[in-house]
Formats: sequence, structure tokens, C-alpha cells
Amino acid sequence: MTSLGTTGTTPTRSTPGKPWWKTALGLVLTAFMLFPVYWMVNVSLTQTSDLRADPPHWFPWDPTFEGYTAVFQQQLPALGTSLLVGLGCVVLTVVIAAPAGYALALLNLRGGRTLNFLLLVAQMIPAVVMAMGFYAVYNSLGLLNTLGGLIIADSTVAVPFGVLLYTAFMSGIPRELLQAARVDGASAWRTFRSIVLPVSRNSTLTVSLFAFLWAWSDFIFASTLNRNGELIPITLGIYNYIGNNTTQWNAIMATAVVASVPAAILLVVAQRYVAAGVTAGAVKD
Amino acid sequence: MTTTEATATAGAPPGVGPGAGRVPAPRRRRGPAASQWAAAGFATPLLVYLILFYAYPLVRNIDLSVHDYTIRAFVQGNAEFVGFEKYAEVFSSATFPTALWNTAVFTVVSIVFQYATGLALAVFFRSGFRLSGLLRAMFLVPWLLPLIVSASTWAWMLNSDNGIVNSVLAAFGVGQINWLTSPGTALLSVTIANIWLGIPFNLVILYSGLQNIPGEVYEAASLDGAGPWKQFWSITFPLLRPVSAITILLGLIYTLKVVDVIWIMTTGGPGDASTTLAIWSYREAFGTGQPDFSPAAAVGNLLILIALVFGFLHLQLQRRQEDS
Repeated sequence: MTSLGTTGTTPTRSTPGKPWWKTALGLVLTAFMLFPVYWMVNVSLTQTSDLRADPPHWFPWDPTFEGYTAVFQQQLPALGTSLLVGLGCVVLTVVIAAPAGYALALLNLRGGRTLNFLLLVAQMIPAVVMAMGFYAVYNSLGLLNTLGGLIIADSTVAVPFGVLLYTAFMSGIPRELLQAARVDGASAWRTFRSIVLPVSRNSTLTVSLFAFLWAWSDFIFASTLNRNGELIPITLGIYNYIGNNTTQWNAIMATAVVASVPAAILLVVAQRYVAAGVTAGAVKD
Repeated sequence: MTTTEATATAGAPPGVGPGAGRVPAPRRRRGPAASQWAAAGFATPLLVYLILFYAYPLVRNIDLSVHDYTIRAFVQGNAEFVGFEKYAEVFSSATFPTALWNTAVFTVVSIVFQYATGLALAVFFRSGFRLSGLLRAMFLVPWLLPLIVSASTWAWMLNSDNGIVNSVLAAFGVGQINWLTSPGTALLSVTIANIWLGIPFNLVILYSGLQNIPGEVYEAASLDGAGPWKQFWSITFPLLRPVSAITILLGLIYTLKVVDVIWIMTTGGPGDASTTLAIWSYREAFGTGQPDFSPAAAVGNLLILIALVFGFLHLQLQRRQEDS
């Protein structure tokens, strides 16, 4: 983790000879900040009999994997569901956002300014309100408790973000590149497919990453639109777990650890895209 | 520029980078009619999507709020039209002032601490030291975890009998605090968890803002004998103001919407002690065995209005920055 994590984040001004106390302070702050994460892992490995020990065990000297066994026995379908929903959300988001970004950034779409404005407003609508609207709509369409319905609802978080990100990136593509394609007789579709999309690969990565992470982490839509579904996502799996057996916190925390795995992978593999996504669309000057 | 250097240069062809992160005004130049057709074609999926999956649910939501939707009426589809009666009910409900106050406290306290901590950390990390890049990356973790994971971890840490927080406090002679179950501390507890969740977002944005302040400004200041404290207040803070304003406004918009954290930790209780507007709306519609969609939708629409006020403020700010 350590060696991989650093690749994307070469500190701008970290040269040897900087005061060591800053590194020490940094380590302390990070440890403090990540303490809840450590605690989650610690509890997930604690023996059930030790869960109520006073004082609590600070380190799982005598670790148990009961919790993890329980996760893999009971929560595999939920993990699969979350994976499916996440991937579905990624595909839907990219299929809608990439062409829209192209139209907005490079094809001088009439009314583009209005559309941009609507997308910014769309991002401000609380999910709980969307959930109610979707509930009413799905209720009449028979889409409640279906994976498709959940994928669509989850994608509403990612689509406006995706369009804004693609638009931002694509408007930086040099016009000469497109001009050259046009001279060669390429249609708008062909230009999109063989020039714009490949050049925008990093935007696609960032958009996909966030679409997946948001769908994977979603609780509000899952708990409202998919509450009685046969296939529930992992977030709902944890939630039901908490409701059902409040004594088995090691199993709950084990599920939580497993549910955090995609986030951990993404952080290690794609940290720079994460930072990119957080900042994109938030600040511009 | 806005986005971190990482985005801008991430594999982009030369000349592409600087555009990333900004949404430029579409060019006003009119292309040939054919290209307008192409543009419309590429935008059509998005337009259809927005109408079906944004506009339609929102319209249904307004429809819910002006009818009397009981669960039976919901199934049969014959709810009675009641106009603004549900809104009047919401305003006169005993929960309304509590929820409004809790929303304000939760939002303002969260934002103040997230911003202050985020800024302090950004300045600290900006100073550069061994491992600073790695440690800054680690700070993203809370933001990336699913909210249910963080919220349930915090719930267990704050557990009255077996929580680590009480256990540590006991070592300092503090008696047991019922963090999540006593009306006096429930809102405080969820606010603490929410501050923790929001720090990474503030850190990342403010850090990228700091990167845009040219180093020469600081060099000139230290030649003039300004110490770090003076430099912060006379250079960093003023130059960071636009970025700060947007960070805070976005934080406001996000925090107003929060449901997961509070619902998982306290379900808005005990009583209404940690009920915000968003939680109230969620609870009425989905939180009890007796769904009551109409008042829930009314509260939700109220929440949209509040979010939009801050949203327009945000857009206004961005536009002013673009113009200048």
C-alpha cells in the first residue's frame, strides 16, 4: 500500500532536509484521523466474548475470523448485488455523460449554457427528495425492488457530475485535432469515437470511479427503493445486520471492512483521480 | 487553475490540461445547421434522461405534497387534492421548529469545524515534508468509505457501555456519557461524525487552492520579515477567499442533504433531538411502518428551496469569478 500510494502523490515540495518534526506531527494527525478506521478493523477481529471487555482491547492479540466467515456465508449475494449495481451505474453514466459532454464542449450545442445551469442545479437536489419521487414513479411502473430501478436512481448522483467533468475536459481538446479529422471526412460520430473518447480516457476513469463508488456506497436509494428486494446491496446488508443482532459487532464491523475494500483499492490504484474528482466542478477560477 | 495538477496533467495530451476543471460557456458562434443536428443527437440521451429521471420524479414529488396520499391512496391512485394543506401542517407541527434549529446547528457547526480543520491541515501539508504526499492521501479515506460503514463505526465507538470513547474518558475520570441516547448529546454526536467525514473534502479543495498561490508571494513576504502567522493572515487567507467561499457553500449544500449518517447513528432521536429537515422527511416517508408521503414530500420540497438559495449564491459567486 505504501509504495503504491505514493506514486500518484509526489509531494510538491518535499525535499530532504525538511524538519523531521513535521513528519512526526503528520503521522500523529493521520493516526488520529484514521483511528475510527483502525477501530473498525480491530473490532472486526475481536472475539465475541471480548467485545464487552472493560477496558476494550486496543489490539486484537487473539484475533478471530468468525466475523469474516459470517460475512462470506451470508453477505456474498449482497456483495455481488452491489458490484452489479455499481457497474451498471458506471455504464449508464458514461453512456449518457460522454456524448453529452461532446455536444456541450465541442459541437456548440444551442442552449448549452442553460443545460450546464440545469446540471448544477440538479446536483443540489437532496437524495431523500429524489427517493420519494422515484418511489412514487417506480410504484406505478412496477420498478420497486428491481436492480434496474436502483441503478437508474443511483446514477442520478453521477450523471450531472459526469457531464460537467467531460465538458470541462473536452473543451480543452485542441480544435486543430478535430479540424484535421473533418478534413479527412470523418463524421461527428467517428470523430467522437476515434478521437474525442480516446483522448478523454482519464475523464472516463474519473467519472467511472466516482459513479461506482457512489453507487456502491448508496444507502438512501437502496433503503427506500429496494428495501424488500430479493437482492439487496451490501449497504443494506450492514443496515439489516445492525437491526437484527446488535451483539455481534465483530460481524458487523467485518462486513463494514469488506464493504470498504473497493474504496481502499481505488485509493491505492487511482488516488490522483480521486483528488481530481473531488476538486472538479467544485472550484474554478 | 482549479483542479489539482494531477488531474490536469493525468495523461492528457499537451495543451489539454489547463482546461480541465472548468465549465466554459459554450461558444456562441453558430456552426452549420448540420453540426447543430449532430450536437442535438449527442445531447439527446442526456435530455431524455433528465426529463425521465429528474424532472418526472420531482414533479411527482410536488404532486405528492399537494395531495393527501395515504398508503391506500398510493396503491389505488385516488388521493384527494388538498392544495397547501400539507405545507400548513408541516409549518404548524411541533417538529418543525426543532428540525429547523437542528438543521441550522448541524450544518453551521459541521461547516465551521470542517473548514477550519481542513484549512489548517492544507496549510500544514502545503509546507511539504517527508511523507506528506502519502499522509495527505490517507486523509481521503474517511471520505471514500461508504457512509454506512463510517456511521456504524462511530455508533459503536460512541456506544454508552462498550464504546472506546467512554472508556478513554473514564480514564480521565469522566462518568459514562450516553452519547447517542440522551437528548443533550445526540445532535453533538452526529455532528462530530459528520465533521470527521467532511474534513477530507475541505482539505483536498483548499489544498488545491493553496497550490495556485504563487510561491514568490511568500518569498517576498519573508524577505519583508513576515513570520508564518503574519503570512497566513496577510497572504494565504485573503488570496484563498474565493476558494474558501465556494468550499463553504458546497459544504452547506451537501450538509443540508445529509440523511445516512444521522439515520444510522440515531434515527433522528431520541425523540426529535437529532432530527433535521432531511431526516424528518425521510422518517415520515420511509422510517416508520406507516409511510406518510404527503408531509414528507412537503418537507422535502422545503429543503429543495433552502438548498437552491445557497445553490444560486454559489453560482453567482462562480460567475463573478469567471468574469473577473
